[in-house]
Amino acid sequence: MPFDFYLNIVASGLLTGLVYGLAALGLSVIFGVVRVVNFAHGEMMVAGMYGSVLLAGWAGLDPLLSAPLVAAALFAFGWLLQRGVVNRFVERPEHMQFILLLGIATIILNAMLMLFGPDSRNIMLPYSFDTVEIGPLLLDAVKVRAGIAAVLVAAALFAYFRFTRTGKAIRACADNPLGARVVGLNIDGLYALTFGLGAAVVGVAGALMTLLVDSRPQLAPEYTLLSFVIVIVGGLGSLPGALLGGVLIGVTEALAGFLLMPSMKSLFTYLVLILVLLLRPQGLLGKRA
Amino acid sequence: MTGRGILLLALAGALLLAAPLVADRYVLSVLTTVLWFAYVGQAWNVMMGFSGLLSLGHALYVGLGAYVAAALFVHFGIGPWLGLWAAMLAAVAAGSFIGFLSFRFGVRGVHFALLTIAFAEVARIGFDHIGWLGGSAGFFIPVAEEAGNDLANLRGSPVLFYYVALALVAGALALARALLHSRLGYQWLAVREEPDAAEASGVDLFRARMSAVVVSSALTALGGVFQAFYFNNLFPEQVFSMGRSIEIILPAIVGGIGTLFGPILGAFILTPLGELLTYLIEVTGYDLPGLKQLFYGVALVAIVVFRPEGVWPWLARRLGLARRPGETAVPPNREGTR
Repeated sequence: MPFDFYLNIVASGLLTGLVYGLAALGLSVIFGVVRVVNFAHGEMMVAGMYGSVLLAGWAGLDPLLSAPLVAAALFAFGWLLQRGVVNRFVERPEHMQFILLLGIATIILNAMLMLFGPDSRNIMLPYSFDTVEIGPLLLDAVKVRAGIAAVLVAAALFAYFRFTRTGKAIRACADNPLGARVVGLNIDGLYALTFGLGAAVVGVAGALMTLLVDSRPQLAPEYTLLSFVIVIVGGLGSLPGALLGGVLIGVTEALAGFLLMPSMKSLFTYLVLILVLLLRPQGLLGKRA
Repeated sequence: MTGRGILLLALAGALLLAAPLVADRYVLSVLTTVLWFAYVGQAWNVMMGFSGLLSLGHALYVGLGAYVAAALFVHFGIGPWLGLWAAMLAAVAAGSFIGFLSFRFGVRGVHFALLTIAFAEVARIGFDHIGWLGGSAGFFIPVAEEAGNDLANLRGSPVLFYYVALALVAGALALARALLHSRLGYQWLAVREEPDAAEASGVDLFRARMSAVVVSSALTALGGVFQAFYFNNLFPEQVFSMGRSIEIILPAIVGGIGTLFGPILGAFILTPLGELLTYLIEVTGYDLPGLKQLFYGVALVAIVVFRPEGVWPWLARRLGLARRPGETAVPPNREGTR
């Protein structure tokens, strides 16, 4: 049944892609509002992964339960980072922001390398090898849970931006920082809040990722690039775009890894990026500037 | 340039020319690395510093240059002096392709930077799978015996490579200076500062940006040729890596983007700093993986926070070298994202 077979690969890629999309969502939120590209994004994600791994080791917590704790820790980190350092760079040229966040990424990555070592760690769960059967689909239970959790967190974030007063204020900042200042919004505070939210979201994505892959510090730069690719593919500043981009990249990776060689799967990720940049530089769901 | 500037430059040049007389093998290898980064940093500076195009994928041009020259030498016996033309051609072709696509389709700022990374990554993964060039197992140039210096085939002692690297740096400096004071150079600066105003006054944006990419990629490819024959081994995971692209841009950023001496000064700061850290870690025996890179990260953050325009503009003022404000070029404006 080759069709069922492909369907399974696509479904599996889709579930992984939802977690990718959640990670990219964090990047998109930060860029869309603060207008700073977070080059330490993958590092924050891997920090979230290690948070879950440690909590699983100490307290036997399921990553789905430790995710809120990880989110809180990364929110604090992101908030402090924006308040302490990044805020001074908001008006600076792009390449300087890039170097600043690159330096921060290097610090986080190597601190993790020193603390946890280069070996990969995984979390064993009672349902690690369970499968879920839906019609012709036979899916890993961990992937199903991670995918559903990613969708729920993303939905909560959308609702926050859509319906709460603070969420609206943040969107006002994104649309027009000067106008937002004129009507009396505390821009610096909202920027810090946004950076914290973006960091918390990617932290949750990291926690969910521990269900799918083993944690290694070296994953961080890969995830940074992956998040960028997804955000650009989906459209900078478009939140649904980030999820769509994540799913697209997840499915592409799964298919390429299966049809060709696993080592060539990220090649296709970049080819998708190049295609999108050429045909629709604003991204799939982005608006033209 | 002021009289004092010429004097200092002559003094620095003389010191560098005389260095092999006193330097031992280790110091010479460090100096060669410094000069290599000064050279490729200068090449990158043509794009970012002069024309405001942020490329984060310069490892692509290094790698293409290195692989083309090495493949011609190993598989066809064609020496590096002929091979370098093919190497430059390959890099210019790749650069022009990226530039053509980007500038035609209005890809700018962050998007352009991302596109340069994407092409470098595609090359990295692609070269991993080319068996003819060794794939991920690496590509090797036969190591020559050190007895004879063979400049024609770029085989020989570390001193030979040191002088070749020095010549590259001097040549790139002279070229960058000449370009900066040419019609094209003024167009670049105009495009960097105010693209709209530049276009309104008759500058062809597409041509100006493309010429910057061509010059920068060709120069960078030469750095790749040097690297291939100096180290005699090439691994896609190293030459095309994102980490290498970042190493290439650091000297110019630390020294001062858009300045002529920034990349050189930056390389003289960064490489010895790295060596010092390695030495300190060895001496104290406090060897943790990642410690050296951690310090690197802290140094990076410290430099952008405290000396954002780079070290050279500050040093030039201190040495009384900046006659006019224009002489140490202003870092580029924020452009492109909005």
